[in-house]
Amino acid sequence: MSAILPPTERLWYKHPIDRVEGTWIAIALTWCLIMFFMMIGWHIWGKQNLSTETYRTTPEQYTAKAQAVVDKWTVRTETDQKIPVVAPPPGSDVFIVARLWSFWPILELEKGKSYRLHLTSMDYNHGFSLQPVNINIQVVPGFEHVVTVTPNQSGTYSIVCNEFCGIGHHQMVGRLYVK
Amino acid sequence: MSTATTYRTCPRSGLQFEYQAEWLIKANAFVGVVWLLIGGLLAIGVVLTRWPAVHWLQAQTFYMVLTAHGLDMLIFWIIFFEIAVLYFCASTLLRCRIATPRIAWLAFALMLIGSVVNNIAVFRGASSVMMTSYVPMMAEPNFYLGLIVFAVGALIACFVFFGTLVVAKNEKTYEGSVPLVTFGAITAAIIAVFTLVSGAIILIPTWLKSMGVIDQVDPLAYRTIWWALGHSSQQINVAAHISVWYLVAAIAFGAKPMSERVSRTAFLLYILFLQLASAHHLLADPGLSTGWKVLNTSYFMYFAVLASMIHGLTIPGAMEVAQRQKGYTKGLFEWLRKAPWGNPTFSGVFIAIIGFGFLGGISGVMMGTEQLNMIIHNTIYVPGHFHATVVIGTTLTFMALTYYLIPVLFRREMIAPKLAQWQPYLFGFSMYFFALVMMGAGTLGVSRRHWDMAFQGHALAYEWPGAAYLMMGLVGIGGMAAIAGGAIFIYVTVGSLLWGKRLDRGAESPRFTPVPRAAPTVVAQTYGSAGFAAPGTFMLAMVFLVAFVLYYFINWKYLSTVWGLS
Repeated sequence: MSAILPPTERLWYKHPIDRVEGTWIAIALTWCLIMFFMMIGWHIWGKQNLSTETYRTTPEQYTAKAQAVVDKWTVRTETDQKIPVVAPPPGSDVFIVARLWSFWPILELEKGKSYRLHLTSMDYNHGFSLQPVNINIQVVPGFEHVVTVTPNQSGTYSIVCNEFCGIGHHQMVGRLYVK
Repeated sequence: MSTATTYRTCPRSGLQFEYQAEWLIKANAFVGVVWLLIGGLLAIGVVLTRWPAVHWLQAQTFYMVLTAHGLDMLIFWIIFFEIAVLYFCASTLLRCRIATPRIAWLAFALMLIGSVVNNIAVFRGASSVMMTSYVPMMAEPNFYLGLIVFAVGALIACFVFFGTLVVAKNEKTYEGSVPLVTFGAITAAIIAVFTLVSGAIILIPTWLKSMGVIDQVDPLAYRTIWWALGHSSQQINVAAHISVWYLVAAIAFGAKPMSERVSRTAFLLYILFLQLASAHHLLADPGLSTGWKVLNTSYFMYFAVLASMIHGLTIPGAMEVAQRQKGYTKGLFEWLRKAPWGNPTFSGVFIAIIGFGFLGGISGVMMGTEQLNMIIHNTIYVPGHFHATVVIGTTLTFMALTYYLIPVLFRREMIAPKLAQWQPYLFGFSMYFFALVMMGAGTLGVSRRHWDMAFQGHALAYEWPGAAYLMMGLVGIGGMAAIAGGAIFIYVTVGSLLWGKRLDRGAESPRFTPVPRAAPTVVAQTYGSAGFAAPGTFMLAMVFLVAFVLYYFINWKYLSTVWGLS
């Protein structure tokens, strides 16, 4: 029962290694390094990497910028709440305001074109969960996160809040169109 | 110099318990099990609400119950039990009196008060902020105060553990190095100190903010430091339950570690790298650089994952070597077929090892990969993963250990031994199923911590695919089966304490008997095949590796099909 007794050898770090252990350690270490370099490799060759471009912001500053885009590019409104549907030209900056408990406005993007998507929260932490693609990004108040997105399929998408944000959390859902 | 106390030698196991230590272990383990019971009752509410066809609780109650379930299970049940394990590994295994028993009782009292204060705050209803309590969402001041008091108590208990090691060394209760299991417990305690201090660093300002003393706690700083508590506390579990695995291998088979050097070095890797894992909760966050994310979330090039892969081989390997020495040498797996499957201490641990590795380990590395994290962050995949690690890994292991401790420590004959024999299978396999279907639902995008996946009455409601509803229904069924397994555990253990036949105390003496040295290592080359001491385990490890590699690359393949992001 030596796992619960002091080892016989005074210097445990001189204890011999069995062949099965040595082989496994070599295999496992190789696999660990492959996984490590896979992440770096994807930054070089992959197309899905989360941007880290971030600015400190305040609700007032951010709302002003978002409002300016909405005023300029709104094409129609939807639902009883008249949520603006905004269709800015490809390559431009688009803004989503996350707050208790909505995503505002509705964006209309073009397939295959890139946009600089800005995200922040007006109050608590929120989660940007784009469905059914299943891309998930944390939305943190006070920080404006800029992510370049390139939709690769047209359709109607939903943005579900997947960070708990209080009693209305399960009512926080928005929409996004790709033409 | 030794203080007046008595040591009793358990007639069944030969373990020697010091009077104060025995009561401290009992008290901490018992309160832990009470929290498990409370957390288990709360689990009924969570499971039956997330089962779409049942959708039992109201939203407000659901979020409150979910907050309490997380805290009671992840923090209170596990840390109380871990303190018991620490005292056992120091005092019982080293046959040493506990250092400063009064301070140890103070630690126990603080932990008890803290956990109760926190729970009262939660059940008053104004602190449904989830276990993570991300600022600026605020709970009542007592919510944080309870956690802080609990953390201080646990921290003091860790230092009593360290003190006991010093006493053992000074009073020469053992010779040479501490046993491997104690070594693992030291790892757990070192990680615990780091964890609890991080918790205090961020919860104290948050508590002050909740009382209006300071006006701001930076939300991103909170997330970064909080996770050094939130995730690292799960690393205490890993170090603790792996120590218990070695312990059970020694108890059930008389197995020795294949190599002390390998196993201990693997524990050292945990100390050096496991804490970094908390960074993988921030992969989808703004404001942190890619280099920081890649380096930290790979636990520094996956050295901590390497350590777990090593333990995953050496523990079953040690069992295999011991079994082969007993003559179970036919083929690759006779040693495993002839293992004591009817002993819940062994079966529980073995089900835990396999589930922790295959379900918890593989999913954990997948979701901790910087880019892959984007396709699971905050989906119900995450609780799927940690129910595999914490429930199948830690809780099931602690349950298995409890079965061993009932006659040995609590001196009671177990009631309903047949029921106890089945319990690890029912609980373990229903948790396997539960974790798998949860991860399935998460792969389809279903959110965690969400009351209504139907978004009823919302103009922009998203309609999840039918498969997501099916998976969530299966989560309900698997969850209820696991809760039944948990109920059997509580019945058997608490029932044994109440109604089990009292067992003999065993011989008592005023002095410890020094711990003997282990028999010299025999290099077991004569038993295995092809120069491998444990060929069966190696085969299992290969199956694990293939599953790991396939699953890892399937997820990259899926990621490559989603929108371009840069």
